[in-house]
Amino acid sequence: MQRRLFLKSAMAGSAVATAVGAGLLTPSMVFASAHDFKAKSNAATASMAAAGKGSFKFKAPKIAENGAVVPVTVDASKMKGVTNISISVTKNGTPLAASFNIAGAQGYVSTRIKMGTTSPVVALVTAGGTTTQVSQDVKVTIGGCGG
Amino acid sequence: MSIKLKPKARKGVIGIKALVKHPMETGLRKKKGKLIAANHIVNMVVSHNGKVVVDADIGATISKNPYFKFNVAGAKGDMIELKYKDNKGKTGTQTAKSK
Repeated sequence: MQRRLFLKSAMAGSAVATAVGAGLLTPSMVFASAHDFKAKSNAATASMAAAGKGSFKFKAPKIAENGAVVPVTVDASKMKGVTNISISVTKNGTPLAASFNIAGAQGYVSTRIKMGTTSPVVALVTAGGTTTQVSQDVKVTIGGCGG
Repeated sequence: MSIKLKPKARKGVIGIKALVKHPMETGLRKKKGKLIAANHIVNMVVSHNGKVVVDADIGATISKNPYFKFNVAGAKGDMIELKYKDNKGKTGTQTAKSK
């Protein structure tokens, strides 16, 4: 009887340990590799709230069938002095997808992003020191983050 | 890892299309209950005739085998170089002459 009890409790304990292990592992691994990026992502989210509506074009699909590959295009070539273009997915674990410092190029970036779930996608364009944003809701049928 | 780089000049603007072969693992995905280690590009630099035009910080949110397109003022025959670094310290470089 006692042995059974011991086995049971041992199993329960190990299950908890793995859960904790997995839980601890996830953030630490992410932070270790992308600590700076996380900070940048937070900064981008903060600036999003303050940013006014931009006058550039932001192209993203209204419905993305596959969240693992969502094509997005930011076209701010009509704006002058574009220094940075950032793309952010509000509901992803790390919202910032990428931040392009494009001081030397024209204000145009096109890429493909991953989305965990249906969420607004925000494009931030910094031109001449002021940041503006355009957001669009993208509906995702199958998520691309995690599985 | 292979990089496809196709700069094409048209009306004084070079359209740079780049396709980088990279798994772009977020470090959050699981396979048979085990986490797959994060493996994604963190930084990418595009130069035009040796001058840096795009300096991008990239997160794991960018899709697997990432594709990018940029526009840079320039002409046919200009040299375009792309460099990337992932979170494991691995780097990749590719140069191409604009068509």
